[in-house]
Amino acid sequence: MSVRNVTAESAPVRWLLISAAIGVLGLFLLLPLAAVFVEALRKGWEVFLASLHDEAALSAVKLTLMAALVSVPLNTLFGISAAWAITKFRFKGRSLLLALIDLPFAVSPVIAGLVFVLLFGAKGWFGPWLSEHDIKIIFAFPGIIIATIFITFPFVARELIPLMESQGSDQEEAAVTLGARGWQIFWRVTLPNIKWGLLYGVLLCNARAMGEFGAVSVVSGHIRGKTNTLPLHIEVLYNEYQFSAAFACATLLALLALFTLGIKSVVEQLSGHSSSAKH
Amino acid sequence: MSKRRVIPGFGMSLGFSITWLSLIILIPLAALFIKAAGLGWEEWRELLGSPQVIAAAKLTFGASAAAATVSAVLGLLVTWVLVRYEFPGRRLLDAMIDLPFALPTAVAGITLCAIYAPNGWLGEILASLGIQAAYNWLGVFIALTFIGFPFVVRTLQPVMADMGKEIEEAAATLGAGRWTVFRRVVFPLLVPALITGFTLAFARAIGEYGSVIFISGNLPMKTEILPHLIIIQLEQYNYEAAAAIATGMLVVSFSLLFLINLLQRRIDWQNR
Amino acid sequence: MSISIQSIRKTFGSYTALEDISLEIPNGSLTALLGPSGSGKTTLLRIVAGLEFADPGSGKILFHGEDVSEISTGKRGVGFVFQHYALFRHMTVAENIAFGLSVLPSGKRPSKHEIRDRVKELLGLVKLEGLDKRRPHELSGGQRQRVALARALAIRPKVLLLDEPFGALDAQVRKDLRRWLRQFHDEIGLTTIFVTHDQEEALELADEVVVMRNARIEQIGSPQAVYDTPRSPFVYEFLGNVNKLTDTSGSHQYIRPHEVEIRFAAECDPSTDELGTIQHLFSAGPVASLSIRLDNGSFLDVEISRKILDEMCLDQKDRIAVKVRS
Repeated sequence: MSVRNVTAESAPVRWLLISAAIGVLGLFLLLPLAAVFVEALRKGWEVFLASLHDEAALSAVKLTLMAALVSVPLNTLFGISAAWAITKFRFKGRSLLLALIDLPFAVSPVIAGLVFVLLFGAKGWFGPWLSEHDIKIIFAFPGIIIATIFITFPFVARELIPLMESQGSDQEEAAVTLGARGWQIFWRVTLPNIKWGLLYGVLLCNARAMGEFGAVSVVSGHIRGKTNTLPLHIEVLYNEYQFSAAFACATLLALLALFTLGIKSVVEQLSGHSSSAKH
Repeated sequence: MSKRRVIPGFGMSLGFSITWLSLIILIPLAALFIKAAGLGWEEWRELLGSPQVIAAAKLTFGASAAAATVSAVLGLLVTWVLVRYEFPGRRLLDAMIDLPFALPTAVAGITLCAIYAPNGWLGEILASLGIQAAYNWLGVFIALTFIGFPFVVRTLQPVMADMGKEIEEAAATLGAGRWTVFRRVVFPLLVPALITGFTLAFARAIGEYGSVIFISGNLPMKTEILPHLIIIQLEQYNYEAAAAIATGMLVVSFSLLFLINLLQRRIDWQNR
Repeated sequence: MSISIQSIRKTFGSYTALEDISLEIPNGSLTALLGPSGSGKTTLLRIVAGLEFADPGSGKILFHGEDVSEISTGKRGVGFVFQHYALFRHMTVAENIAFGLSVLPSGKRPSKHEIRDRVKELLGLVKLEGLDKRRPHELSGGQRQRVALARALAIRPKVLLLDEPFGALDAQVRKDLRRWLRQFHDEIGLTTIFVTHDQEEALELADEVVVMRNARIEQIGSPQAVYDTPRSPFVYEFLGNVNKLTDTSGSHQYIRPHEVEIRFAAECDPSTDELGTIQHLFSAGPVASLSIRLDNGSFLDVEISRKILDEMCLDQKDRIAVKVRS
């Protein structure tokens, strides 16, 4: 236990910095989190539970779950396949592909919704054809799905690529020399090594899918009980001054966020331990 | 590059990735650009030159730049403390940094409103000091800072953690005091990561919608952000105007990221 | 400047890194702290530099009779060269070397012109003329090492401290740099301490070798003294190859491979010799090494000159007598 440390600040400076940082984090992280729950329970448990039992709220939860149920597996499949192509092989256009995967990060959710309206909306490219055949995409469930997929597109891939890059291809090559083929290599060699990162990527993708607001807001049409996802339902309640009900629904999404962060810490600890054990 | 690959699955994984990427991202974005390309010069001027768009652009880019700058400063402070110091609650706070990533933007939006609105938790205190922190520029700025600062922390953190003590010890043996060590040795080494974090925060802020629209109040010409203008145009089925604004935003975001990438390469000393 | 280390103790939590260390280092000498990893040698060097502090109340560090224990590292006037050089990678070579001068308080800071001259002089001293505008990542390992040295020397230190100075270099560069450093030390005559785990390096380079083990000093002496008359089995085994012979009474005897005398089996003198068989023979280079399996079952490494080997016409499987007792 050294009393003095050449690369550390003096105690007063240290405590000043720590207090300032805790102040910033308290203001930006803890206070909002506390506010969600306090505001939700402001009118008591009865109102809180009633807001969650409301028919519109239940249908919003159902729609949100369904949107996630379709979009998350598809993006997981994409994430694994893109990470496999990018980390196990060197090919022309590889860095372009990497950049394109990140593209949705730089696109506003509202623009993500807009592009699908331009394609499938009443006045969009395929609009007339779709209405002739009585297919509804915009202001309907398929639109919500597509917009959600767009927004959550990079999450699994972004989590897996650095992880698989750092692990190299030695183990897969070893498996090939030992006679393993195709899917065997993936299931028996690659997947066990990336499972924690994959889990976190999927959860993050899921959290974003369930919480997406801007893009879904553009394509859903806000039809109560039909095309309102949970975040949209929260907006409607809030704009109708039903604050407690809005925050009650918000607690569900806040708990989902906390759960995701909790899993992340666990995953980091697990993978941290396993990687340090390897060295 | 040899055509023969030892590990299987190249064609399938690349094929599926590119197909999915094209269907979900590239073709839809191309549709937007094609729509925008169909507009004449006069239309562009009319659509983007309207006072409402100019006011919204000023607010969006101005507040985003300010928020990203403040995020960089706060992020540097927070990262320093999280990486360098041991104190009770450090691990919890570290885990919580990602909250703005994981918390749905609509939830963030109404929550920030509950805190900073004139009758809100802090808003009331601020109002008594004569400061209005919601339904104005400041409100937009607060929301964008909330969204932005985790980007700075998460880009700085690995760089700071990997920096090692030796380099600071070397500076100390050569007679530099703590502040000099920070200013002349540590900070310059953090600059590339700081710029990346700033850019990510900035790019995200430009497009941010959910966490801003509640606290901004959407007063025409005063507190409307660009994404909100797109929604207004869409509600009026004015696809051309929506596409023009969206294209303008994307062009700015993409060129910003591209420029930073170039700058980054020029000042990247880490390629030892 | 002489250095006096007086009963220094250092613990990290429950781990003892240094146990009551005392050591006198004469002015102008080149001293090696030699030991396996975990012996405490680097900790001792860092305490001398002021990068670590000894346990409160344990002992003192004196530079030329003056107690520096409470003086911060930047004011001690030590030049410290780090194992991985710790060059500032955002600065050029010249900026790295000038750093120590440029951070002096404005009253003591030399003018820009003087700093430039000093940098030039140091670049000449470490044989890196013309590389002043390069950045660290554009240099080879050996060049970086010398930049680190020049940077440490720029502040005109009273002592020079080097932590594993050749640890990160290739074998050939290592040899060259070792010879160069010895010559360099002889020219500038600065009191120098370096840490190493390589016994060959310590023996070849140092005036005095301090052998450390488990937080203590095992032996202090000239290279010849510690090699020829090791004070403990540890020193014997750590410094160079050695054969450990156990006689019938169970006591150990140490003998270095080149000290072993051999003769033909027919000339065996049972009072001093043991008989054995040549198991393996390696004879590339001026010295031949033989691995001999003695009849009592133990193995013995022997080094003889090629000349003797050729004269005796020895080959594998030959029977031979080895003189192991005097």
